[in-house]
Parts: sequence; C-alpha cells; structure tokens
Amino acid sequence: MGRAKLPRKSTVIDMTAMCDVAFLLLAFFILTTKFKPEEAITVVTPNSVSAKPAEEKDFVIVTIDANGKVFISMDDEEKKEFIANSLNNTRNLGIDVNAFKKASFFGTSFSSLKSFLALDDSQKKGDMLPGIPIDTTKGNNEMVEWMQLVASAYQGLKLNNLYVKGDNNSKYPSFEAVIEAFKKNDFMKFQMITSPEAVPVGSEYYKLRDKGEKLED
Amino acid sequence: MAEMDTSSSGGKHKKGPGVKKGKKLSTRVDLTPMVDLGFLLITFFIFTTTMSNPTAMKLYLPKDTDKPEEQNKAKESGALTLLLGKGNNIFYYEGMLAPDASNFKSSNFGVGEDGIRNVILRKKASTNIEDLVIVIKPTKECVYKNVVDILDEMKINVIKRYALVKAFDIEQQLVAKSESSSTN
Repeated sequence: MGRAKLPRKSTVIDMTAMCDVAFLLLAFFILTTKFKPEEAITVVTPNSVSAKPAEEKDFVIVTIDANGKVFISMDDEEKKEFIANSLNNTRNLGIDVNAFKKASFFGTSFSSLKSFLALDDSQKKGDMLPGIPIDTTKGNNEMVEWMQLVASAYQGLKLNNLYVKGDNNSKYPSFEAVIEAFKKNDFMKFQMITSPEAVPVGSEYYKLRDKGEKLED
Repeated sequence: MAEMDTSSSGGKHKKGPGVKKGKKLSTRVDLTPMVDLGFLLITFFIFTTTMSNPTAMKLYLPKDTDKPEEQNKAKESGALTLLLGKGNNIFYYEGMLAPDASNFKSSNFGVGEDGIRNVILRKKASTNIEDLVIVIKPTKECVYKNVVDILDEMKINVIKRYALVKAFDIEQQLVAKSESSSTN
C-alpha cells in the first residue's frame, strides 16, 4: 500500500499581516493620544484615590501655583463675554471684550486687567504674573468678586464643573482664600483636580469597592 | 506579499549568448523585528495615554452660620480633630481639647502604628458610627497636598461625616509650640 505523501510545509510564517496590525494599532494610539498642551502655569497636582475623571469642557478652574498665586480660567466664551461686559459696566475698565474672550486664563488684579490682555502670549506665563489678589491683609480678596461674576454669568444654570487645581507645595492660606470666595457666593460644592493613585490594599474603601458596592464620588 | 516577481518568464526577450543571467535574489524580508518594534511602541502609547488623565475629587463645604440653632452639633465623644501642621505633621485630639493640652497628640501621614490612618480607624472602631465626625483644621503652615491627602484619607477609610474648618488661635499656637519643641 502506498502512503499518501504529505507535502512538506515551510515553517516560515509570513509576518506581513502581523506587521500591518501592529502598525495600524500604533497609528491609532498615536492619533488618539492627546499630548499635554504646554501650560502657562505649571502645577503639580497631588494624588488621590478618586477615579472620577475631570471634565474637559464647560469648566471654571481656579489654579493655585506653588507660590500661592491664584489664577482663574474658563472655557465658555459666552460667559466670558458676559463677564467682560459687566466688568466694563461696573468698574469702567475699558477692556477689550474680544481679547477677554480669547484669553485662556486671568491672573492679575482687576485694575491691571487691561494691560494683562494687551500682553503677548509668550508673556502670559504664570511666574511672570502677580496672580489675582487674595490676601485680605493687603487689600481685597478679588476672588470673591470673580466668583460673583461667575455666579451671575451662570445665573440659573448649574455650574457643575467648578474645579480647584492646586500645586502640592502651595501654602494653605491661598486655598483658604479661594474657599472663602466660593462660600461667599454659595458655591458649596467644588471639585479638586488630582492625579490618580491606587487605593491602598486592605483599606475599608478597597474592601467596599471589592464587594462591588456603589460608592458615591 | 512582500515579494516581487523577478523571474523573467516567457521567452520573448531572449538574451544573447554570453550574457550572464543575474542570480535570482529573494526579496522577502524578515519582518519579525519590525513587528517587535511596532508592539513596543504600542505598549508605550497605551501606557502614556492612560496615565495622564486627571481625576476630580468632590468636596462639599459646610455653610457658615452665626445662628447657633443652624449649626451642626457634634457629640463630644464622637469628635476627632485633626490639625495639619508644617512638614507633613498632623496633630490630633479626641473630643474637646483639654485645658492642659494633655490629649493633644501628634501623628503623620505614614502608615505605621501612629500614622493617621490607624488613628482614624481606631477612633472609628471605638465610637458609635452615627456620632463620628472628623474635623479637619489646616493651619497656615501646611500645604495644599496635606489637605488633599487628608481628604483622601477620609475617602479611603469611608468616613461619612467630616468638615474642613478654620483652626482656632489656641490650636495654631499649640501646633507651633509642638513643632518648635520637636525640632529642637
């Protein structure tokens, strides 16, 4: 009996298809990665176990840098226009509404806001600006007024994304002044931007989460 | 496939005598290192994308009120007051601060026996859960990181009732005094 001859197969695998897949995925990840835009104010945020991601639109962020200087930023242009107009009306600052709308953050006292807006983008850097005055021993806490403006801009609408983004090494009094400004304008709920951190193994939160219980953020 | 047809088929162009036929070289390239590189880069991008997403941590502020009937009362036995000092130091006392400051103790952000997590857990275990309230009082010397860390600690230890309150002058002084004595 003659046996059927098995054809000898080559052990070399064609890698082309795998290579295609690998580079397709690579292209996908490169395109979806959002590189951090160079920030005007450098802040190293503390870590927390919170897992709720920070929203990236319709926000108001109060930034506190390592020296305790306070800056405010918001993204809604309509609200910014409203704020610019009411500043012009009440304080007669004569600021350029369009420049105000385009500015990504504000970090000076109201009186020098006009010259701040005239600055070149390269000069709008956190360490070159004085920050919003908050020290009540040296004058007014202007954050109170800023938050008042924000409150009136968001009239009727709920501001859910009020964030504080503080630096690890900023001293507490700055944060306290910001909280004070929130409280005075009835912003009783805010969120702090942090970097994620693993929940310590064996802690109560860890056990609860392990059991699959729903935890409020 | 990564191959090209190099074989001259068909006898249309017959080479003349004496013209040597070029050796047939395979154009097949080993793609394994390229695949390796591809996946290496993929892993890199996967890791860098998920790592930099900032998270948000909620905080509810208590309402300031001057009217005593609107103030939230805390039972003395269930209160734990944490004072945040300079250089990651924490001071704490249970209930009311004794006039001679005998129940004024110090702690830190470590996870050791006298670390703040154990202090909180001991307090939690020893008091009625309904009465437990933690009062966080940051002093002027502490940094923002300390505040976030202690709020995080509330979350880790599942403390439902806590408040961020301004420290009294007497407490500020005590903290300053303990700090200077511990450094000397």
